[in-house]
Amino acid sequence: MKFALVAALMITASLPAYAVAQDLGAPISEDGQVETTATEASQAQAEEGISFTVTDESAWSDIGIAIPAFATDRDRATAANADGTGALGREIARVITANLRNNGLFKPVGPDSLPQPAFPQITAPSFGTWSGRGAEMLVHGYVRARDDGRLVVGCYLYDVALQDELVREGWVVGPADWRRAAHKCSDLIFSRLTGESPFFDSRIAYIAETGPKNARVKRLAIMDSDGANHRFLTLGSATALTPRYSPDYSKILYLSYVDGNPRIYVYDIGTGKQTLVTENRNPTIAPRWSPDGKFILYSMAVAGNTDIYRVPATGGQSVRLTNNPGIDVGGSYSPDGRKIVFESDRSGSQQCYVMDADGTNQKRISFFGGRCATPEWSPRGDQIAFTRIAGDFNIAVMNTGGGNMRVLTRGWQDEAPTWAPNGRIIQFFRTERNTGRSGIWQVDLTGQNERRLPTPVDASDPAWGPIRP
Amino acid sequence: MNRKIATILMLASASTLAACAKKAPEQLPPPPPETTQPTAQPTPQVQPTGPQVGTQAHFAAAVGSSTTIYFDTDRYNVDSQDAAALQAQAQYFARYPQVTFTIEGHADERGTREYNLALGERRANAAKNFLVSLGVDPGRISVVSYGKERPVALASNESAWAQNRRAASVIIN
Repeated sequence: MKFALVAALMITASLPAYAVAQDLGAPISEDGQVETTATEASQAQAEEGISFTVTDESAWSDIGIAIPAFATDRDRATAANADGTGALGREIARVITANLRNNGLFKPVGPDSLPQPAFPQITAPSFGTWSGRGAEMLVHGYVRARDDGRLVVGCYLYDVALQDELVREGWVVGPADWRRAAHKCSDLIFSRLTGESPFFDSRIAYIAETGPKNARVKRLAIMDSDGANHRFLTLGSATALTPRYSPDYSKILYLSYVDGNPRIYVYDIGTGKQTLVTENRNPTIAPRWSPDGKFILYSMAVAGNTDIYRVPATGGQSVRLTNNPGIDVGGSYSPDGRKIVFESDRSGSQQCYVMDADGTNQKRISFFGGRCATPEWSPRGDQIAFTRIAGDFNIAVMNTGGGNMRVLTRGWQDEAPTWAPNGRIIQFFRTERNTGRSGIWQVDLTGQNERRLPTPVDASDPAWGPIRP
Repeated sequence: MNRKIATILMLASASTLAACAKKAPEQLPPPPPETTQPTAQPTPQVQPTGPQVGTQAHFAAAVGSSTTIYFDTDRYNVDSQDAAALQAQAQYFARYPQVTFTIEGHADERGTREYNLALGERRANAAKNFLVSLGVDPGRISVVSYGKERPVALASNESAWAQNRRAASVIIN
């Protein structure tokens, strides 16, 4: 009897109708761990003589980096690649090459036009070969399949002229996470050569869009920073908008019309369960995390008027931060969690304001022409990206006092900037005139290096998560 | 007797409509699909021909294009043309007190997504407040904002945007 009841409950819980009502796909499994390991070469000290400053990009944008295929100690079968660890080594080098090329900072040359070093050469490069090819920097690496199926990936950066090693690191990853090793290696190279924080090993939540302009299907989706490992998280029966990854990647805040009204949900990626951000009959929009993940900002309309509220991420009492007859919406914390930049039309049009995290000292900071919308504080703390509306919609940055405004993009409608974890690159979405088709683009802080991210379908509302552990 | 009053009301609504016809955009959204009731159910109190009370088709037949009001860019105030349309709606809802409805607030595509959600909410509430001021019970009115997510006019020009900046009353049944 008891068993029958339990069985009935289990059947009820697994009914497809439940998933449809929630508009949720199957939960995704927990990510595997990436552990750092000692590399297998000698423990020579990295050469400290070479470094590059970020303010002078032209100095290192022409640096030729040779990235031949990673070697393997012996070609073994691996779940990461049907052709074994040798083929996987080539794929890893390709991913690193694409990463470094796509951000416009280097001139990498990939494994498909380079000789392949043998395993012993990884720690003892044939520098003459590489200087003869005009390479200034050389990336070597290896892949080794362990008996437990996990992969050891080593990554070395050499200065060809100095004939010396600059940096090395190794990681142990599950076969499904082989791309993460490639991203970790990309981050190691990028950080060593620029002095900047890493960003490649990170993920992006966004809205996948399909269908005609008057019946757009909008689904919650996630992908790696380079567009790989794409997953849909919702089924599309309810419109989903404006996702935000939690700082530890365990949850996503997003807006869903699943009950017919716009409401913010907290979606737990591991369990696939979601809860309302606040139990309330009013519509809630524009969710944001605090940098430590302990608080959530949301905007709520009461009798038509929208203000910004804060609630503990674990639930509980909401605190109203703005109280104004204008629309106050959004909000982005400074990295130290002490200030919030938000938008308000209290002056008659959308402008950007800064307040203390408790809602006091609200001050307008945008006084250039046009409107200021969707402000996002840089993870470095020094800049605020926003949507500038002055005829067209463009992505712009300013300092935290509203000064030194610079427009970075020139699309017809570019909106909703999100920062790379290192605060050097901004993603946004661009909508085409008339067709309404949209895609995710990214641009660096110079405005020079702009490119579209590959997504399986149209895309909007990118939200870049932090660097992964 | 009832039918006579209904006819008078509909005529009055129609003349109100004519007075504010210039406000209506050149391209109107397609009419809502006819809601056909199951024929097996006897519905003796309703006229055998035409749409039935409690359907969007009946509402639209009574008030015409006054089911929807339109706004200027970034504005949410009810102007005189909107007021006339809302008066036509209020007369209808006074005539059929059993009918409940939703006001859907919308914005054009030339705004950021989150702001437009808030703006649509403000527009729908402006329409709601006006209807309440005309005597419609607020308990009969739901409000939802779709921001810029559900345009009816699909081009990217002033005419299309004018049609999309709207608050549409939709009968719930």
